[in-house]
Amino acid sequence: MANGFTMTTLPVHDHTHAHEDHGDHGHDHPKHLAHHWDNPKQQFEAGKLGMWLFLATEVLLFGGLFCAYSVWRGNHPELFRYGSHYLNTTMGAINTCVLILSSLTMAWGVTAAQKNQIGVLKVCLVLTLMGAAGFLVIKYFEYTHKFHEGLFPGIKFYEKPGEHSHMWISEKDLAHDKAFAAETAPDPALANHSATTPAAGGFEIQTVAVTPSASTSLPPAEASTVLPAAAGPAGLAAGDKIAIPEAEFVRDRVESTVQPLQDHFRPQNTHMFFNIYYMMTGLHGIHVVIGMIVITWLLIKTFRGEFSNEYFTPVDLGGLYWHVVDLIWIFLFPLFYLI
Amino acid sequence: MTTLDLHKPLHPAGPPVVEDNYLTHSRGVLSWLLTLDHKRIGVMYMVMVLTSFLFGGLAALAVRTELISPGRTIMDANAYNQMFTLHGAIMVFLVIIPSVPAALGNFVLPIMLGAKDVAFPRLNLASFYLWIFGAIFFVGSLFTGGLDTGWTFYTPYSIDKGSAMNGAVSALIGVFILGFSSIFTGLNFIVTIHRLRPPGMTWFRMPLFLWALYATALIQVLATPVLGITVALLAFERTFGIGIFDPRLGGDPVLYQHFFWFYSHPAVYIMILPGMGIISELIAVHCHKHIFGYRFIAFSSVAIAVFGFLVWGHHMFTSGQSPLMNAMFSAITFSVAIPSAVKVFNWLATMYKGSISLTTPMWYALAFLFIFSIGGLTGLHCGTLATDIHLHDTYFVVAHFHYVMMGSALIAMIGGLHHWWPKMTGRMYNENLGRVACFLVFVGFNVTFFTQFFMGAKGMPRRYWDYPPQFQIYHFISTMGSYIMAAGFFLTAFYLLHSLFKGKKAPANPWGGRSLEWQCSSPPPHDNFAKTPTVGDCYDFSAVEWDEKLGSYVVHGEGQTAPGHAHH
Amino acid sequence: MSSTQTTEHAPKAGEHHGVGHVVSPKILIATALALLVLTVLTVAAANVSFEALEMPELHIVVALGIALLKAALVCLFFMHLRWDRPFNAFVLVTSMALVVLFITFALTDSNQYQPEIKSYLGTLPSGETKEIKAELDKLPAMPPAGAAPSGGH
Repeated sequence: MANGFTMTTLPVHDHTHAHEDHGDHGHDHPKHLAHHWDNPKQQFEAGKLGMWLFLATEVLLFGGLFCAYSVWRGNHPELFRYGSHYLNTTMGAINTCVLILSSLTMAWGVTAAQKNQIGVLKVCLVLTLMGAAGFLVIKYFEYTHKFHEGLFPGIKFYEKPGEHSHMWISEKDLAHDKAFAAETAPDPALANHSATTPAAGGFEIQTVAVTPSASTSLPPAEASTVLPAAAGPAGLAAGDKIAIPEAEFVRDRVESTVQPLQDHFRPQNTHMFFNIYYMMTGLHGIHVVIGMIVITWLLIKTFRGEFSNEYFTPVDLGGLYWHVVDLIWIFLFPLFYLI
Repeated sequence: MTTLDLHKPLHPAGPPVVEDNYLTHSRGVLSWLLTLDHKRIGVMYMVMVLTSFLFGGLAALAVRTELISPGRTIMDANAYNQMFTLHGAIMVFLVIIPSVPAALGNFVLPIMLGAKDVAFPRLNLASFYLWIFGAIFFVGSLFTGGLDTGWTFYTPYSIDKGSAMNGAVSALIGVFILGFSSIFTGLNFIVTIHRLRPPGMTWFRMPLFLWALYATALIQVLATPVLGITVALLAFERTFGIGIFDPRLGGDPVLYQHFFWFYSHPAVYIMILPGMGIISELIAVHCHKHIFGYRFIAFSSVAIAVFGFLVWGHHMFTSGQSPLMNAMFSAITFSVAIPSAVKVFNWLATMYKGSISLTTPMWYALAFLFIFSIGGLTGLHCGTLATDIHLHDTYFVVAHFHYVMMGSALIAMIGGLHHWWPKMTGRMYNENLGRVACFLVFVGFNVTFFTQFFMGAKGMPRRYWDYPPQFQIYHFISTMGSYIMAAGFFLTAFYLLHSLFKGKKAPANPWGGRSLEWQCSSPPPHDNFAKTPTVGDCYDFSAVEWDEKLGSYVVHGEGQTAPGHAHH
Repeated sequence: MSSTQTTEHAPKAGEHHGVGHVVSPKILIATALALLVLTVLTVAAANVSFEALEMPELHIVVALGIALLKAALVCLFFMHLRWDRPFNAFVLVTSMALVVLFITFALTDSNQYQPEIKSYLGTLPSGETKEIKAELDKLPAMPPAGAAPSGGH
């Protein structure tokens, strides 16, 4: 046998008769065990490894956004200090707790499945689903509040809420901005320069149409979404030259509902903080929604009685996914809310 | 004894027995479209990849024809921009990246490993359909405004709605989906190799192709998600103006290049590593000699995968990257030469005193060795900071990466296709035509691209539609070479298709291979192996002999190593 | 020869029914409590002023340190990594290491070229500044910072 081993394993003659269940090799093969596995443990371990590899891709998917965050925060800490005061720390903290508790119920559900306590598993899954929904509801309130304040993602940030194609700053505000820049800029030459650049008759605010069709119809120069310097974007320059506002000072101003675009103390490129915030929390939110779909699916299967201590791989893998959603929020919370 | 069982159904003298193999196991279009069989999925991938190769190749011919003379030859500059973008993007995303892992790998990996299927057959089918949807969105960019950014989508051009064409968003969605197709294939392969190795198949008994696929899969899983987030950010940037990459909104276009190359440099190794794995198989099998330096080749695959993550900045030497990072990336880039050279020397040492059969796959392997050496060595010129300032974005770079991506990765893939063609289809192709076609491809390739080294060194920039007359002779020679190459490929297509209908029936082991796929019939049965097989040394050719009666190589019972002790 | 088992060394799962390690609810609840306490702690730490220590950046160190600790708790106990195959942990650590690598290189690079951008824009004294400014002054409606930085060459 030790010599001719390869020969005996050859499948050729064994397959001349078609049989519907090719997984039937004469030994015990449970229903949930796919034909190419030898035993449930092998299948379970493979599922786990596959899930962990998938979670690694999730980490790297968010990794790109964490990189964008780090590059911006590293070079422009003032944006983050300023912007984070527009986020509601209480809501963020509550959401963190909600996710932690739903992670707990999910993990408990896996334990219940392993112990064949299917009733407990059902309760746990329902609680987890409620946690996920609760998270999204709170997030919904946070987002709508931001939108109400005119803090939109994208170039829309610089539009007046409700009016689709107008910049949000008045001429007066702009002049004030210029004057403020002249006072505070550390380099007098530059300050004078930027303060005197606008034509004497008042700086004409461009009404920049941002709908794609409108902008593509214009030649590049006019179609450009470049904004007047004081309105915000100014390239990557001038970051650390801008005085970083004192924390309390900013906090007071936020409480008196000063909105960033009306705020003359606003650092350049404030929109960048909110864009990164929306991208990261938005991608996380999408993952929460996917998680809810997965948990609902698990719940249906549980009620159909498909899980037992013999077979609970989907519960375990769904749980791993849900914990990673929690894991990412654990980093997002301090990075955005607690700066 | 049992040897006869192995070859009985293949006996050429016997009556045409209707055997059950994976092609005849079930019938009907749906039995293919909904199949979970890794072999059928591999074949479907192969069909789609080769179709894309045809279109990408036609685009390349159009580009070369346009460049045959300065100014307008057959198309205007805008059409030309789209044409080279299409060529690059199709070849990278739809052809080279899925060609070896998804098409050949899907077919060969589980059989080589001795498994019945990949770990997650449904995921495997899903990633095939992700590929299809990705390709649809990708091609959809042609109908939603066209794509002229080059396959790299560099900012700020790609996000400028005033200049770049509007198909970009559709193409970006396509790339996102294709990325996930690639991720799931890689994930499947890693789990398969970890969890489905049969008894005796230890890590160091795996054929080197599997090591290469494993290293590739690691890159696919760990690098591709970053491409996903990059193209997502780019699509958002273009649509909503989030400002991360857009300098007009305070963004950083160099950061985009970091994002892009963090994936796309490792992706270069997704393209070449499986090709190297194929060459390891081809050379050992067709030289009938034990592979030299097995462990070195295996580890060099992993080393290349690791180094691949550390060198992305060498694409950005002239993009405004800081001198510090330029120096670091340049230094690390040179270190990639070490594992690559380890492989080449081991292949040469394997050939030394081997009994070389000059079959078509071996011809392709030899072509690979020649072309890859040139491609690898010219990479050093591009990786050197001082010379790269001169060579960057010239035809020198174009020639360099075609030597590696086309002349090495694709040549290896076509060599592998010829190697496993009898196994996949159960038919032999015409060897003489195969060698002629390989010769045409080899000569055409070198005429096309060696010329471009001179052209680039003299300063001809890449991607240009027009050029001064002094470059015309080079462009003319290069275009003629591309026609020769095209003739070679069309000849290949002809005799391969011909063999499907008129080809001789393939024996189980036409080349004398020892890895497990040569021990099942050609084509393999639906389940690959009735019982989980055990394994010996897949490079021990001492017991392999040609059996004239069977028209196949057979393996004697002697010389096989006993089944190994428990692995892992 | 045994043709059934490939994976013989799953971690002490044998004594339980089925596969995988069973984590008792007590451990899970303790983990969740620790996570909640750490959340309170990190919020509290964010409100503490580190100005006295002259280390205002300590905030981010503390916040990230607590976040890492919380992440470790989730991974080890909720995700069973403590009892799982080491390779699964290796996969996770590798992916995180790659993120760190990505951030380190990109951040180092962008930090390095910031001065170049600034000098280009004229915020730092440099030889070319005057000419660039003169050019920019000719653009009436386009203030300097907005117009200059188009990264394309």
